Amino acid sequence: MGSWAEFFQHLMNGLTLGGIYALIALGYTMVYGILKFINFAHGDILMMGSYIGLFVYNAIRGELLGFWTIIAFFLSMLVGMMFSAILGMAIEKIAYKPLRKATRLAPLLSAIGVSFILSNLAAWMWGTKSKKLEYPFDNSPIHLGDIAVTPHQIMILVVVVVMMVALKLFIDRSRLGKAMRATSLDQDTAKLMGIKVDRIIAITFAIGSALAATAGFLIALEIKVYPSMGTMTGLKAFVAAVVGGIGNISGAMVGGILLGLIETFGVALLGIPYALRDTIAFIILIIILLVKPEGLLGKAEKEKV
Amino acid sequence: MSELLSIDHISVSYGNIQALRDVSIHVREGEIVCLIGANGAGKSTLLKAIVGLEPLVSGSIAYKGEVIARNDHAFGSHNPLLRFFKNPKHAAQDTRSLRTDEIASRGIALVPEGRRVFADLTVEENLDMGAFLIDDDAFIAKKKKEMYEFFPILGMRRKQKTRSLSGGEQQMMAIARALMSAPKLLLLDEPGLGLAPLIIQDIFEKIEIINKEDNVTVFLVEQNARMALRTSDEGHVMENGRIVLSDTSEQLLENEKVKAAYLGE
Repeated sequence: MGSWAEFFQHLMNGLTLGGIYALIALGYTMVYGILKFINFAHGDILMMGSYIGLFVYNAIRGELLGFWTIIAFFLSMLVGMMFSAILGMAIEKIAYKPLRKATRLAPLLSAIGVSFILSNLAAWMWGTKSKKLEYPFDNSPIHLGDIAVTPHQIMILVVVVVMMVALKLFIDRSRLGKAMRATSLDQDTAKLMGIKVDRIIAITFAIGSALAATAGFLIALEIKVYPSMGTMTGLKAFVAAVVGGIGNISGAMVGGILLGLIETFGVALLGIPYALRDTIAFIILIIILLVKPEGLLGKAEKEKV
Repeated sequence: MSELLSIDHISVSYGNIQALRDVSIHVREGEIVCLIGANGAGKSTLLKAIVGLEPLVSGSIAYKGEVIARNDHAFGSHNPLLRFFKNPKHAAQDTRSLRTDEIASRGIALVPEGRRVFADLTVEENLDMGAFLIDDDAFIAKKKKEMYEFFPILGMRRKQKTRSLSGGEQQMMAIARALMSAPKLLLLDEPGLGLAPLIIQDIFEKIEIINKEDNVTVFLVEQNARMALRTSDEGHVMENGRIVLSDTSEQLLENEKVKAAYLGE
């Protein structure tokens, strides 16, 4: 093996997969940055948003043709994102906020509880059988020389890039984005500036959940929608966030892309059996925790007094 | 001069330890008032109580006549059920303590102990955060310009991450950040801590200018008693969470006990 065409083929596959991980990892890392807590219900928020998006899409798609089905697709994604955003804020308010002053273990357990509740609720309401999300376009691969790229992959890359650039601009430039960074650095001092920290936390959950719903809806085209669809992808995205340096937004982006590439190339080039593909992420997790626990872009944190 | 800040008989506890016992201090508009005392006397706790970061066990704190902090438990307002069924007619008199961000919005700014700058934000972004409550962009730009003139070193380091600043520069930045919101009352927690004597002098001169020219009332807490008393109009001495002595700063500088215990004479 070793042709360039093959290499670019795997690169493309790795980048799309990594982009998805990155979108989901952002939610974990943003919440961790502010609350020092892992929202283990994140993958289930992704799943709920995907279901809602699917229902909306099936309802409005009807006899639409061509370009209009794509519009309908993105409109449905937007509804799914909004639903997840509201769901994320509601979960925070009901299940996490009252536990903010409790031990660090309490909100973590609460998150695991919420995760089970959501996936069981979905199974009860909509059944465990996976639901197919139809492509809004003809997904037969486009051949660029020897490389085959599907329109689906192109769409994923475009959406991921747009979302990441928008998020980065928001965090770096906007008043609210700066307030989010200030809050994650020092909550009490942020309050002294007049920042409503509770509102910042709610917005953080909303943004993270909306990004997760986006990722869920995009992959649903390929993997369909089912109650546990967010579990493994969510866990791997969590690994990506840790690899990049949890709490660090650029780290989540880098970690996600990297994990996608390693998984793809690990199977394709290193000959790791496909059945063991899912273990790659967790082996990387263990290695990172042993070698560089603060992650690639994370700072070694001193315990603050 | 009218009274700006009224601290009346407040107590604060950490678990079983009483950090503040029956403390009363009144600050009039336009004054510089200082609180001196040894490390661990409860000075920082008092400032935290004023800005709503420490709950009161008893007593109350009022700013411009409005109660901003009180013991919420005494009124049952900590209980969500009681709050839910509360007669709306009584709501006005049963006000809760204000949150820290609400207190900031009233015009009180604290320069916290240890400066607490947002280390990963640039100097300019830190100042933006100081002006978080202000919607007027032109006003914010004007304020920033003023700060860069007042503290030229900050203007030079505008785009630098705050963590790269020296201790003195960080202290100036923390003060500038607090001034960005154009506060009426400036609270300072040990502005001289850990700084070289010349820089301390510079900072206290700046504090006097802020007070005289911008008409900002200042309440400052300091271990460096001589510097604090020379700068202020009125002083209070705190020991073990109690106010043991209150007088004009001039008198305190002459007081034998203060001389022996805090001025090293």
